[in-house]
Amino acid sequence: MALFQIAEPGESAAPHEHKLAIGIDLGTTNSLVATVRSGIAVCLNDEAGRPLLPSVVRYHADGSTEVGYEAQRQQAVDPKNTIVSVKRFMGRGTKDIAHVESMPYDFIEAPGMVRLKTHAGIKSPVEVSAEILKTLKTRAEAALGGDLVGAVITVPAYFDDAQRQATKDAARLAGLNVLRLLNEPTAAAIAYGLDNAAEGVYAVYDLGGGTFDISILKLTKGVFEVMATGGDSALGGDDFDHRIYCWVIEQAKPQPLSPEDSRRLMMRCREAKEFLTKNPEAPIELRLASGEIIDVKLDVSTFAEITQTLISKTMQPVKKALRDAGLRADDVKGVVMVGGATRMPQVQKAVGDFFRQEPLTNLDPDKVVALGAATQANLLAGNKTGKDDWLLLDVIPLSLGLETMGGLTEKVIPRNSTIPTARAQEFTTFKDGQTAMAIHVVQGEREMVADCRSLARFELRGIPPMVAGAARIRVTFQVDADGLLSVSAREQTTGVESSITVKPSYGLSDDEIAGMLKDSMDHAKDDAMARALREAQVEADRMIEATEAALAEDSHLLNAAEIAKIEATIAKLRETAAGDNRRLINIAMDDLGYETQAFAHRRMDQSIKKVLSGRKVDDIKMGEEGETA
Amino acid sequence: MDLTADFFSLFELPKAFKLNLSELDSRYRDVQAQVHPDRFAHASEVERRLSMQWATHANEAYQTLKKPLDRAKYLLHLAGHDIKAESNTAMPPDFLMEQMEWREAVMEARGGGDHHELERLHSRLFGDMKTRYDELGALLDDVQDYETATDRVRRLMFLEKLLHEIDDALASLDE
Repeated sequence: MALFQIAEPGESAAPHEHKLAIGIDLGTTNSLVATVRSGIAVCLNDEAGRPLLPSVVRYHADGSTEVGYEAQRQQAVDPKNTIVSVKRFMGRGTKDIAHVESMPYDFIEAPGMVRLKTHAGIKSPVEVSAEILKTLKTRAEAALGGDLVGAVITVPAYFDDAQRQATKDAARLAGLNVLRLLNEPTAAAIAYGLDNAAEGVYAVYDLGGGTFDISILKLTKGVFEVMATGGDSALGGDDFDHRIYCWVIEQAKPQPLSPEDSRRLMMRCREAKEFLTKNPEAPIELRLASGEIIDVKLDVSTFAEITQTLISKTMQPVKKALRDAGLRADDVKGVVMVGGATRMPQVQKAVGDFFRQEPLTNLDPDKVVALGAATQANLLAGNKTGKDDWLLLDVIPLSLGLETMGGLTEKVIPRNSTIPTARAQEFTTFKDGQTAMAIHVVQGEREMVADCRSLARFELRGIPPMVAGAARIRVTFQVDADGLLSVSAREQTTGVESSITVKPSYGLSDDEIAGMLKDSMDHAKDDAMARALREAQVEADRMIEATEAALAEDSHLLNAAEIAKIEATIAKLRETAAGDNRRLINIAMDDLGYETQAFAHRRMDQSIKKVLSGRKVDDIKMGEEGETA
Repeated sequence: MDLTADFFSLFELPKAFKLNLSELDSRYRDVQAQVHPDRFAHASEVERRLSMQWATHANEAYQTLKKPLDRAKYLLHLAGHDIKAESNTAMPPDFLMEQMEWREAVMEARGGGDHHELERLHSRLFGDMKTRYDELGALLDDVQDYETATDRVRRLMFLEKLLHEIDDALASLDE
């Protein structure tokens, strides 16, 4: 694989070779896939020419599935086996899910994440999401005519670690190589900013089907810097439908509804909501299975009234994000509207009133996230874009911390920290001779652990017995560029060191994923082994090519012995890759990775020096205009 | 230069409290443009890990140098003068008295929902801190009096906390 691309970061080693990469907007209501073709981001349509794929999965008794419009049409016929808005269940237990009582599913409580009982078996929300992703992957492969190198999948900026991990697991299950999890408002900002060559501070107000995000970004010379983000990962267009639904029940007072009736009424409510974006009044008519008829009319002002609290619920995070960014509403140069729910006139009015300006709606709010994701995927895959280079600096939405004495939270990484980031904190024992320590990792802003989301618990064992307070246990949090956390802990006063790395495990274990993968492979009768071998060989070839290119360019950074060692390791990898043992190829690749580590460090170092020395340091009068606050 | 080098040398900036912040901003962006994981999304695992380490380091360096209090603490740390905030809390009585008066004023304004008074306290404190930071800059950069600088940093830690409390009070009135 490409060693550091120093001369032109982001440029492909072989510029003529266009790598196929896609961006996926995995939405609550609809999902889309997009790619960059001839320098322009475009959504890929289905055979019928439709860009949207309704995020609806129907399970049949024989285990086969239907995804999209067809499943959506069947939802009222087969509500228990037709899963809509599955995104709301990702990384969530039943107690986290709003309106659980009005949903037709058979939920099963499971550790970390809820499961759904269908007549094709018990399904995790990760598996349901993977069905949607597979459909989009197939669509993209057919349209692009080749294997994909990877995908950028978007997630709400306000998704916590559990929800992000679940999304990444779903992509893995769908056989996608995840280049990056990208925050939806940031994706929209890329699509918008690059199109408009914008500079300054922008707010992205993203109200989707089931999630709400607000991000404040600063755009300067090709750098997209997220200053603050906020939101509500359980608030979206669905809630507006639900408000209408409750209003209709109140008006018409029908007999208790069956799951089928309930689903049909919810569909009528959604239609009414959409109708009201262009019309003053919407009729809601439905004949129930009992023969009873619901017939009411909803007008715009009543609709605005019954949804007023939902809109003000979105304004709280907006104010908080601005405060976190240290800005006021009039510092914002433009407000980008994203998500189908921002089509509602009362939403546009509320946002416009708050920022005292007309929100920007010139890009299709349904497509803008997928287009931004495709643009980012193209860059990450190593295809240089016509619009040149840009850099994205994103943040984590929620603080990460540890439980301390008395059920209190000790924040380790504050919200809105630029990622990747790491922070270490030291703790000590509170009893003489204590040899183990329980570590509880939480995410959230509240003081009490009970009010935050529990991410992981683990125990650090083997602490040498000492008097209370003598041990020094260093807990390190690392958040990667996907916003995913890993935690390690070690005791470091004595020579004895204990160290453990945990991945938060509310979602699915690696074994569970492996099992699901195997099942789906068996089902598809795919020759997974042969495919994996081929992939390893391709990877090995590219790694050799890139290392040789790096040697040709920067061998002055190495001494003769180091060069000889690297060349020997290359030869070994080349030999191994000619064989058919995938495990040995992977080991040989790891070896080459290890041998080139110092080289890679030096090249990175050199590239930094180069970029900084490009400036005329002497011309800058340091300190004279020193700023202090 | 490597990952253990100090934050100033990472950005090739002089080791000083008085720092050109817009220069820091642009150097930070230049460094991130070279090392950010997005540049290595499709690279080998080793390179991805390395890139994450460097980008993490650059973020930590930038965050530390950007904020004046953290920058001062860091300079003192480099000079071998640690703040020892936990073990050394003894402050002169007149300073503590002044702190109590501030705190009472904030609590009173908060309790009475007096937005205007909180804004006034905020800007007064902010102005006071600006003067103190200027003095700190002279102590660190011009006369290298680290003993006195350590004392001034401890005081500023109190004031930064107070400023936060006023911010929180203003935020809670907004809601």
